[in-house]
Amino acid sequence: MNRTKGDEEEYWNSSKFKAFTFDDEDDELSQLKESKRAVNSLRDFVDDDDDDDLERVSWGGEPVGSISWSIKETAGTSVSNHEGREQLKSRNSFSSYAPLPKPTSTYSLSSFFRGRTRPGSFQSLSDALSDTPAKSYAPELGRPKGEYRDYSNDWSPSDTVRRLRKGKVCSLERFRSLQDKLQLLEEAVSMHDGNVITAVLIFLKRTLSKEILFRELEVRQVALRHLIHFLKEIGDQKLLLDLFRFLDRTEELALSHYREHLNIQDPEKRKEFLKTCIGLPFSAEDSAHIQDHYTLLERQIIIEANDRHLEAAGQTEIFRKHPRKASILNMPLVTTLFYSCFYHYTEAEGTFSSPVNLKKTFKIPDKQYVLTALAARAKLRAWHDVDALFTTKNWLGYTKKRAPIGFHRVVEILHKNSAPVQILQEYVNLVEDVDTKLNLATKFKCHDVVIDTCRDLKDRQQLLAYRSKVDKGSAEEEKIDAILHSSQIRWKN
Amino acid sequence: MAFPHRPDAPELPDFSMLKRLARDQLIYLLEQLPGKKDLFIEADLMSPLDRIANVSILKQHEVDKLYKVESKPAVSSSEQLCFLVRPRIKNMRYIANLVNADKLAGRTRKYKVIFSPQKFYACEMVLEEEGIYGDVSCDEWAFSLLPLDVDLLSMELPEFFRDYFLEGDQRWINTVAQALHLLSTLYGPFPNCYGIGRCAKMSYELWRKLEDEEDGETKGRRPEIGHIFLLDRDMDFVTALCSQVVYEGLVDDTFRIKCGSVDFGPEVTSSDKSLKVLLNAEDKNGRALLLCCRYTGEAGRYKLQFCVRRRGMDIKQMKNFVSQELKGLKQEHRLLSLHIGACESIMKKKTKQDFQELIKTEHALLEGFNIRESTSYIEEHIDRQVSPIESLRLMCLLSITENGLIPKDYRSLKTQYLQSYGPEHLLTFSNLRRAGLLTEQAPGDTLTAVESKVSKLVTDKAAGKITDAFSSLAKRSNFRAISKKLNLIPRVDGEYDLKVPRDMAYVFSGAYVPLSCRIIEQVLERRSWQGLDEVVRLLNCSELAFTDMTKEDKASSESLRLILVVFLGGCTFSEISALRFLGREKGYRFIFLTTAVTNSARLMEAMSEVKA
Repeated sequence: MNRTKGDEEEYWNSSKFKAFTFDDEDDELSQLKESKRAVNSLRDFVDDDDDDDLERVSWGGEPVGSISWSIKETAGTSVSNHEGREQLKSRNSFSSYAPLPKPTSTYSLSSFFRGRTRPGSFQSLSDALSDTPAKSYAPELGRPKGEYRDYSNDWSPSDTVRRLRKGKVCSLERFRSLQDKLQLLEEAVSMHDGNVITAVLIFLKRTLSKEILFRELEVRQVALRHLIHFLKEIGDQKLLLDLFRFLDRTEELALSHYREHLNIQDPEKRKEFLKTCIGLPFSAEDSAHIQDHYTLLERQIIIEANDRHLEAAGQTEIFRKHPRKASILNMPLVTTLFYSCFYHYTEAEGTFSSPVNLKKTFKIPDKQYVLTALAARAKLRAWHDVDALFTTKNWLGYTKKRAPIGFHRVVEILHKNSAPVQILQEYVNLVEDVDTKLNLATKFKCHDVVIDTCRDLKDRQQLLAYRSKVDKGSAEEEKIDAILHSSQIRWKN
Repeated sequence: MAFPHRPDAPELPDFSMLKRLARDQLIYLLEQLPGKKDLFIEADLMSPLDRIANVSILKQHEVDKLYKVESKPAVSSSEQLCFLVRPRIKNMRYIANLVNADKLAGRTRKYKVIFSPQKFYACEMVLEEEGIYGDVSCDEWAFSLLPLDVDLLSMELPEFFRDYFLEGDQRWINTVAQALHLLSTLYGPFPNCYGIGRCAKMSYELWRKLEDEEDGETKGRRPEIGHIFLLDRDMDFVTALCSQVVYEGLVDDTFRIKCGSVDFGPEVTSSDKSLKVLLNAEDKNGRALLLCCRYTGEAGRYKLQFCVRRRGMDIKQMKNFVSQELKGLKQEHRLLSLHIGACESIMKKKTKQDFQELIKTEHALLEGFNIRESTSYIEEHIDRQVSPIESLRLMCLLSITENGLIPKDYRSLKTQYLQSYGPEHLLTFSNLRRAGLLTEQAPGDTLTAVESKVSKLVTDKAAGKITDAFSSLAKRSNFRAISKKLNLIPRVDGEYDLKVPRDMAYVFSGAYVPLSCRIIEQVLERRSWQGLDEVVRLLNCSELAFTDMTKEDKASSESLRLILVVFLGGCTFSEISALRFLGREKGYRFIFLTTAVTNSARLMEAMSEVKA
């Protein structure tokens, strides 16, 4: 800490330094080994604090001394953070972490570093470590590598790549001919270290025209992937698009362009941007999706403006009763459909916000439409609409209930929206599979359905069992008793 | 654990030393900037840091205030700023903004950036471009191995998965090689090495190179760990995509375990505050945590059951047990009641989403029957706007087990997905296709031996040469054939008694043996890939499976039963549990080294272009 420059120099020089090995950290691991031994021998008098600390973490929520907690504190003091305050209260006082519970670091390896300048503490420790020679136990930890620049220009490609891998600053300027550059790149690729590959690519990108760079990378897929990822990360969209264009990867080009819309917040601008995406060389299938995306946002902008106005005016009942929780902009199509089934169910097909119009424009499948409409109308407890959703008339004028999604699903959705038992019952009865029907009826307490089904199944045992589940003296119990005593039924058990 | 280790099971090496090394290195780095300083920490580094150091340690080394690196600018009055970050471009821009604002204001301070686990040249390039290279000093904190449990080391690099398996960026391979190098330096050389996958092979080669450069370091040392096995995540996506039913896995899927601990919210703690609980397989005294859970399939119905591992109690009995017998043991009592709260909360959630049907569908996909039914289940899942991640996961599972979706299904599911969850997921689909997680069968694509041989020739020979339209890393999964070859779907006569697990399939309630674990088991049994040629070929890895054994026989028989398994791209708690089980059966002990602990949701989120 208060080590001077001179001390530092001396310190580093005192460690075994081999000239011309470029392996400044040669010794790092051998010393780690020694430090393992050192740590092991320290165990007796170092408090076994690690695990204890962790136990405390587990029981006190985040421990008082924990880093995440402390950061919340910093945030809490600059912004008046309610949560932070709460935590503060529950932990008595801010200062509770100030006293150091255990002077761990006096014994920690780090004290060896300071030991150099504070012989006192070092001495006592080294006495205890009699089996180890009086040399540094400290691994050469993270020596700032930038300080060890080497301006020598004579490294071969493989040496250069090796130095790069070790994180050393290393000039690549001497690789001027294309052949040298490519050899360097190939060395990097054969080493497998992506960081080095990218380092070489950064150099190549700077010193080669993009046509040449692209041409050479086209036959070097590993390097190419690194360049693409690098360009994505630094956000060099222009070069990335040029690259895709050069490689004739039209679909990636289109997707990459389309991705940009995510960064545009303003809905109008986003819409305009999406418009520019429509003509891009997507696959036929994706083209349709892009077109839909544009149309959807266009619709949402109209609906949003209109409804915001209606809501603010306060004249429309539905908006008064159920104020909107969020704007509909940038929501998925199904959410938009739900919204429109909720607020605009009865509108004529001609308006943009009507569910039927949405269904037609986006070719929403029946199944999807019914599911969404059901959820929306059930939420409003508009049971009449629910009923109408499943009622079909045949040519003789008879009505029949049909659901493209299976009535067990209908029942679940109705139950989730807390539909009354009478309604539930009606739909449970429509479930075809008897087992499922019985299960659902039992789960949702549709007594009549359970009782009738048992009767139809002639399952006396199950009916008896169910009798114990209904309330004593209730109408259900009476009904069960009546059936049990009926002489008309031939029980199967 | 339910079953004690065999008496001859080897002792695990002590990994707590890794924490000390990391802590001491950090302290050293902090001391490189003497005097009072404010420390800015990247959010992703906070939890790992919490496990090796605490605020008082930082304070002792003159850290004054702590800040989180985030989008909004921080107001710090300190004369010295230190940044502890992952090597990411956006962090560099954050720092550059701060430094450049200071420059504009005519203010001079000292800045230091500590990259963990290493610095990238792309980051330095940004510093240079922003004109602050030289104004900030850079350092590396090579903290890449965090012990999360006695047998689990995590590199805490979830981005490894996306970077390598989607983008094809090999930037973390050096980090992996360095970590292996550190382990072999501390715990002796590994006499037997096996691996499968392109990334495994590259990591292995780079690591060997490091060892050779530092010749003699590990020579002559007695190995503590007899075997090392490297495995790429894309060898087995199926296992990672399944719903987990072992306890840790369920907790991870439901509450998200972060860095070995989990935040239980008020619904679990039955109080008004959240609690952070550390999850370990064994407590300090080596006693096993008591809970586990199971699915039982009776007559086509699946039931979630929790039982106490040693005692075979159900939740109710457990509750009584806890309130009666554990009164005296306060700590254990609190821990157990918390876990019971967690179980109850999981139960509640699972019954709400008709978990039965979900598990049934998954099992059907694994076994390859009722594909139409499963497809329409997935469709309905999407239509009802159930969680987007879940829907995506099921589609991927369908795709991988079926070698791609038939084009008609692919189109219709994709369209409905975009309609339900937003059109911008177009980008997610493109990512999934590139990673091989969700693909479309080419017209007339059927699984003939000849054909897969041809496709193998094309991908292997021309690797790095052919310009595939998407330069895809994707391969055909051939799951069905592999599953048959390796017998991944156990034949069960009658009910699978989960209290007496028979095989590794117990982690998926007896329905499926994790592919990754089966591969490891088979190779260890043979001590090579011999006899597994067909499997290797089906995995598209003919040139990417390797064995390397040293001749000298210094390894003790004990060390030969210690196995380090390296998961490149993440491993799940189910896989960990399965291998722990295998270890108990065979008298091995496994040590897990993973780039991160993962689960299906994390994999899907990594592929998702739209951040929630």
